[in-house]
Amino acid sequence: MSFDDIKQLLTDKFGDEVIVGEERTGLQPALVIAPGHIADVCLELRDNPKTYFDFLSCLSGVDYGVDEARFGVVYHLTSIPYNLQLTLKISTINSREETNLPSFPSVSGIYRTADWHEREAYDLVGIFFEGHPDLRRILLPDDWEGYPLRRDYETAAYYKGIYIDFEPKPGDENTLAQGEKVQHEKMGIGNGPEGA
Amino acid sequence: MNIQNSKYEEALQRYQKKIANAATEDMVLNMGPQHPSTHGVLRLELITDGEFIKEVIPHAGYLHRCFEKHAESLTYQQTIPFTDRMDYLASMNNSHVWVMGVERMLGIDKEIPKRIEYIRVLVCELNRIASHLIAIGTYGIDIGAFTPFLWCFRDREHIMGMLEWASGSRMLYNYIWVGGLFYDLPVGFEERCREFVDYFKPKMAELNGLLTDNQIFISRTANVGVLPLDVAITYGCSGPMLRGSGLKWDLRRVDNYSAYPEIEFDIPAGKGEMGTTGDCWDRYKVRVDEIGESLKIIEQCLDRLQKDLKRTPEFDPRAKLPKKLTPKPQDYYMRGEGSKGELGFYFIHQQRRETDKNGNERRMDTEIPFRAKARGPSFHNLSVLPEISRGIMIADLIAIIGSIDFVLGEVDR
Repeated sequence: MSFDDIKQLLTDKFGDEVIVGEERTGLQPALVIAPGHIADVCLELRDNPKTYFDFLSCLSGVDYGVDEARFGVVYHLTSIPYNLQLTLKISTINSREETNLPSFPSVSGIYRTADWHEREAYDLVGIFFEGHPDLRRILLPDDWEGYPLRRDYETAAYYKGIYIDFEPKPGDENTLAQGEKVQHEKMGIGNGPEGA
Repeated sequence: MNIQNSKYEEALQRYQKKIANAATEDMVLNMGPQHPSTHGVLRLELITDGEFIKEVIPHAGYLHRCFEKHAESLTYQQTIPFTDRMDYLASMNNSHVWVMGVERMLGIDKEIPKRIEYIRVLVCELNRIASHLIAIGTYGIDIGAFTPFLWCFRDREHIMGMLEWASGSRMLYNYIWVGGLFYDLPVGFEERCREFVDYFKPKMAELNGLLTDNQIFISRTANVGVLPLDVAITYGCSGPMLRGSGLKWDLRRVDNYSAYPEIEFDIPAGKGEMGTTGDCWDRYKVRVDEIGESLKIIEQCLDRLQKDLKRTPEFDPRAKLPKKLTPKPQDYYMRGEGSKGELGFYFIHQQRRETDKNGNERRMDTEIPFRAKARGPSFHNLSVLPEISRGIMIADLIAIIGSIDFVLGEVDR
């Protein structure tokens, strides 16, 4: 079953509005799905006897850059019975506010492996999945602030009140907070090459 | 706490409440992160009722080293040493998959000389044996058999020695490069490798007699931790986990990458010989059989490398190295069979935006991926643990953990 057949199958089943677009630039073509329908599409692709995409290889949360203000999730499905691979993409515009994370329906009810993957995407990229049973951080500590794989992420200067001691660049005065700088001068460290 | 944020905190509060409640009725037992049988820094929170486990809550992340963040700020070539540190027991396999992905994006995967492909397969299979030896040896020690552990490490050390001879490093090789290799194999490597194969075959028979057919070992592992095939697939298990459940799914055969299409080998799968298909013993046996298959592959590689692909003085393993690793803007998901299962890298490559002094925006070629996501097989294999360890005894949990054979470097990345 080719890429176009799968596209046709989805259009026949759900109508035209489900597939928003397609990408054929690279070696692996991808279908762009309307974000609200991703769970239905995955369920159909998994259970349809012509496709049986039963194995979710990979699920990646992507931040497409500060200028684009767009977040997306990429699904790599594998059909073990037919040895097929398919890439699905969804994306949404988001303003990167802490109180309003980009949100997509969860597919963890369809592929159980999406459970940990969606937790990882939430943890590192800050994407919320509606209907996920247990959306906690997975790789970072529960009290971590911010989402490190976002393009605008800034490395925190403090962790739980403990100053994180980066090596300051020589001549770069702004890397250290004022209080820390005084303390460092007293101790004779971090004043560029000659101080170290 | 911010009221608007509470939607995002809900799961955490639910979890904290569950642990608080469990502490009054049942017992919460922490296993790890420093427990020897968790094979690294994995912490398991067990909610237990006497000796029975009601629920297992794994806590990963103690070894998180921001692989994906690093990959976004380093060039493709510079990231290869970081891939070595993912599954540090089978570094060659990791860098092989990464390198193949970059080569396919560059469109040079068909131009790689045959000798290089065969050397890559040879070192990968050697590394796969080393990784499986650790899995088998430490599994023995988890169950209570100390001797197999020492035997496995003794034989693994021969492989480590050979790979160190080739690459200059004992575990983290940085040997496979985009478009070629760091160095050709050292003179005499093929002969030494053949000696090792001849030495190692009887040792495997010896190990089988000691551990595989050992009645105590069978009683501890057969019918324990049964993973049905449908559960394995929906949890994304791959490698020996999936094959142990009875499915012959090996990406070396399915995708036929590198030199594997020209090599003959079988795919071992669990048959439930000692109990149920998909139990701990089946997964263990798949690894033992895979060592035999890897030895077959190594012998075929050596045959080619010593005959028609023989070393010549003018052979340069760096001849095909591209000057610049600048693929066209595209997405690519590369998968390959690591020692633990399907190892995947998802690359998004875009051009870099740059503003020159006149304020015009230009798009520049770059060697740095826009996004690189790693799909570690251990991550998926571990995620099935809470599912298959409900209602079992604590001692059986140790047997299950050992049979999954995860490496925390790959779970946490």
